[in-house]
Amino acid sequence: MSVVVDIGHRQGGFSLDAAFESSGRLTALFGPSGSGKTSLINAIAGLIRPQRGRIAVDGHVLVDTGRSVFVPRHKRRIGMVFQDARLFPHMSVAANLRYGRWFTPVSERYGDIGAVVELLGIGHLLERRPGKLSGGEKQRVAIGRALLASPKLLLMDEPLASLDEARKAEILPYIERLRDETKIPIVYVSHSVAEVARLASNVVVMAQGKVAAVGPTAEIMQRLDLFSHEERMEGGAVLDTRVLHHDERFGMTVLGSPAGEIRVPYLQAIAGQPVRVRIRARDVMIATEKPHGLSALNVLAGRIAAIEPGEGAAVEVKIDCHGVTVMARITRQSQHALSLTSGREVFAVIKTVSFDQANMATAPKEQFDA
Amino acid sequence: MNWLLDLSPDEWNAVRLSIKVATVAMLVSLPIGIAVALLLARGRFWGKTLLNGIVHLPLILPPVVTGYLLLLAFGRRGPAGAFFAEYFGLVFSFRWTGAALACGVMGFPLMVRAIRLSIEAVDRKLEAAAGTLGASPLWVFATITLPLILPGMIAGAILSFAKAMGEFGATITFVSNIPNETQTLPSAIYTFTQVPGGDEGALRLTLISVVISMAALIASEVLARRVGRRMDIE
Repeated sequence: MSVVVDIGHRQGGFSLDAAFESSGRLTALFGPSGSGKTSLINAIAGLIRPQRGRIAVDGHVLVDTGRSVFVPRHKRRIGMVFQDARLFPHMSVAANLRYGRWFTPVSERYGDIGAVVELLGIGHLLERRPGKLSGGEKQRVAIGRALLASPKLLLMDEPLASLDEARKAEILPYIERLRDETKIPIVYVSHSVAEVARLASNVVVMAQGKVAAVGPTAEIMQRLDLFSHEERMEGGAVLDTRVLHHDERFGMTVLGSPAGEIRVPYLQAIAGQPVRVRIRARDVMIATEKPHGLSALNVLAGRIAAIEPGEGAAVEVKIDCHGVTVMARITRQSQHALSLTSGREVFAVIKTVSFDQANMATAPKEQFDA
Repeated sequence: MNWLLDLSPDEWNAVRLSIKVATVAMLVSLPIGIAVALLLARGRFWGKTLLNGIVHLPLILPPVVTGYLLLLAFGRRGPAGAFFAEYFGLVFSFRWTGAALACGVMGFPLMVRAIRLSIEAVDRKLEAAAGTLGASPLWVFATITLPLILPGMIAGAILSFAKAMGEFGATITFVSNIPNETQTLPSAIYTFTQVPGGDEGALRLTLISVVISMAALIASEVLARRVGRRMDIE
């Protein structure tokens, strides 16, 4: 499964000129608002007609301006979940869900309503009208409606952006299940580091209508130079780990990673289950020798791989801990006092309580097995 | 009550004819009205302002002028009249069909306005969403646009019906005032007022006219409310 996009489009004062290729399970289009993410997926869905370029999904050419190919949106079989759910107000939830199925040839249908309803937990809403649903419920129904049209690719345009934190937390697990339990590749538009770090297997970073970077999530999350000021505070390392065991006595879960054991607050997960954790650079301290008498439980040994200038008084230190990179944001003064330089052996110190539930989630399977 | 319903055959015919003319005028102009409203609301073409002007002309012109123009175009020797007579066997001049045509034309701008407003109120994002779910433009129109503009269509249809019930000037100019053929309620009332001792008949028909118009209005209210409740727009 692959998505190949290379398009140019000019609209008013904005110009989009972007090319990327992705074969990930969930590809995030990440960037500030106005960077062209939405235009890009609108072009993939067929909602706008790019002036130049080529779009192919799974080998099927959808747009090729050179050969005057433009497949109309209703023949693309690409599902779309919009920021504003866009449920049909004159139909019940059940009729909304069935809508796309109608137009899908029987031979190309997959999944059934019962399974999707169960996956998204919307069974109790079927008879209701969309006008009576909460924002989170609407968005779940919208996801179900897109899924039941049996799309070859699912596009999600900031599906959580208009929801409050509680609703986001309600929906995120469903998107994870979608990513892990269905075989549909997803392109997910977001401007939130937390969402991207948690969900994505690959990231395409957009800035001012252009692709600024493409790569695996863990790699991109360390490129703090790509982020805006607020997002920089959220940036850091993304580690894919496995649950080793639980420490019932202290209500903790112990995760295994190449960097060593990481102790985090208790997680609802069974041993062996993959878990992705995000360690914000600002939550990491550096010690030059193994610390004693310290309350922080996670001490990872490593070697400084690089020191990059941060904003203001800060520098960002990349520490290679047995092959995985952990980032620390410290002051230039500390760097000077500890005379930290590239290549030096250090210890990265992380408090267990700095891991909150929003920073931990089931990890995406690396390979898409379609 | 007996006095009210004790109508002469000619009066009964006027009532029946009025309802028939108004119903036919409404039903025939509805699909055309939807098409024109769509063109005006969504189309981007040269001469849109001109089309808009032509549609609204009957609203501005004196009804007598509209009737006379219809007579010129759809009369026996008029170009459109000759065409319809030859190819469809449809004659308008001095027939009830002509009365329906005149009423339809007079009510057309009201109908188009109501439908156009409701089309412009439709959230086009919903149509885009339906497209991504596999619905072709025609299906999108049938399953999304049409149901969403239903209240506007009902309002437009009722306005057209009401206008047809009351139409007088264009009708009498175009198809005259022939009992049993083109004498609608307003023409019949007018005739009564022109003869000595016709006051009672005029009053009777006037009351009947009021009752029919009120019934149509109430029916449209009830219908629109029921549709609106079903819709429950966010």
